[in-house]
Amino acid sequence: MRRDYTLYFFAAMGTFLVVYIILPIATMYVRQASDWGMLVKTLHDPVVRAAIRRSLVTATATALIALTFGVPLGYVLARKDFPGKSMVQAIIDVPIVIPHSVVGIMLLVTFSSRILDSYKGIIAAMLFVSMSFTVNSARDGFLAVDEKLEHVARTLGASRLRAFFGIALPMALPNIASGAVMTWARAMSEVGSILIVAYYPMTAQVLILEYFNNYGLRASRPIAVIMITLSLVIFLTLRWMVGRWARAEG
Amino acid sequence: MQKDELRVENVSKCWKDFELRDVTMSVREGEHFIILGPTGVGKTVLLEIIAGILPPDSGRVVFRGKDVTDEPPERRGFVYIPQNYALFPHMTVFSNVAYGLKIRGVPKQEIERRVREVAEVLGIDHLLHRKPKTLSGGEQQRVAIARALVVEPPLILMDEPFANLDVQTRGRLIGEMKRWRRELGFTAIHVTHSFEEAISLGDRVGVMLRGRLVQVGAIREVFSKPSSEEVARFLGFENVIEGVASGRRLRVNGLEIELPEEASGRIRVGLRPEDIILSEEPLRSSARNEFRAVVESVEELGPLVRVTLRAGGVTLRAFVTRSSMVELGIEKGRELYASFKASALHVF
Repeated sequence: MRRDYTLYFFAAMGTFLVVYIILPIATMYVRQASDWGMLVKTLHDPVVRAAIRRSLVTATATALIALTFGVPLGYVLARKDFPGKSMVQAIIDVPIVIPHSVVGIMLLVTFSSRILDSYKGIIAAMLFVSMSFTVNSARDGFLAVDEKLEHVARTLGASRLRAFFGIALPMALPNIASGAVMTWARAMSEVGSILIVAYYPMTAQVLILEYFNNYGLRASRPIAVIMITLSLVIFLTLRWMVGRWARAEG
Repeated sequence: MQKDELRVENVSKCWKDFELRDVTMSVREGEHFIILGPTGVGKTVLLEIIAGILPPDSGRVVFRGKDVTDEPPERRGFVYIPQNYALFPHMTVFSNVAYGLKIRGVPKQEIERRVREVAEVLGIDHLLHRKPKTLSGGEQQRVAIARALVVEPPLILMDEPFANLDVQTRGRLIGEMKRWRRELGFTAIHVTHSFEEAISLGDRVGVMLRGRLVQVGAIREVFSKPSSEEVARFLGFENVIEGVASGRRLRVNGLEIELPEEASGRIRVGLRPEDIILSEEPLRSSARNEFRAVVESVEELGPLVRVTLRAGGVTLRAFVTRSSMVELGIEKGRELYASFKASALHVF
């Protein structure tokens, strides 16, 4: 068989991007390995621990809120045509294109002291920048469920709500779950808007910046390493679980 | 006469590319009512309006004397079986069949008993633990029917129930459906484009063409006496001949055709291609119309051959078997005798 050189060439080009992602992560681990003492010290730093706990709790809360409101919205977008639907779709995607510092300013201007420097503020900022993932993947998940299944369920006596919980939701769940994982990961990685809305209570993202400004690279790097390890482990585990589950359902 | 269970009154609906216009029909208790029409005339739309899935633009759906037009599907209780069967893929066959009973809050043991009972009649009791995607088309169809019948609905709505099956399975299941109906008793509206299904299962049929229900009646009546040229053409009267009648004679472009009944003025008659006999020599039978004809074209359709002939100014289409084609040496330009009984003609 003749080799397909076009594909090889394209693969070589694409490798650049993959390497570009892996290189900084790997470098950071390698550098940190030569500074083991600092990592251990950071791991025992109560300020760091509290900050990481705050990040995990707020990101998880954000994902749950996104699910609560995003799943119903996704269902409506998948099932109903209404005037202004494409407008709503566009609005859902808006947070992705707004600079995150601008998000912070907008939230502060709108809700001012009600969210300033509070957990509410952290979650508000995280939710704004990350809920699109949940809404969009819930919508795609429901779109992939044949509407006839719900129709049949209803002719068999199920109310619309019952058909939703019994048929549409379980079938769209793998999609919804992977959207929620994306929302969670996006929330974990948010910093720009949180800096403006809620510098305190300090999340790990902000703490890294503070240590960098006050004590330099050597002090901030261990927190970054811990943060990225946690994020990657949780993100990859969830993704793997969702993927396995989706295949089992499929 | 049995009472009307369901009446559809002047229903119209524009939906995507389909348009239903002023559809009126009624279905009696225990009846197997066929809606017969070519694909894409809006038969499914009509079924979904009856089920309550789509609202009609105008008109009413009346069930046992009560207007249900604004009732949601779950309040009507007619069970819908779409063409793809729509089995719930995330549930086992048992849970699929049990779904309607579970919704109704039937006790667990009773569900178990009734599911097994209906599964046995439909021959799917060995599949109850399987997931739908592991089933063959015929098995899926049985599960869909079991899921519908187990709740003992007043009416089931079937959309092309045999269309996705191979020829052998289809033949077997059509036969079995008659048995299921005897054993379980149900009223059905059955949408199809297949004459075979209509004739072997239907009590009455509504012929649907271009969004209208153009003729409703007993199966034999509709097939032998189509009410219009359009219905006749759809039901296989490939020859429609127009001429001027006087008494029992019809004059068409120089031909004189004997009619089965007296008529006058400009009329049209229909003739099925299988009722035309082709022969080398005249048959000399008094009861027949017989004409000299020239073969214009020959079209092979598997076991049958469609021969288009020209007799005087009239084009005739006839079916012959492949062996007669060879025997008679039928090819373009061949001269033959075409004959048909006056009683085979249908006057519109």
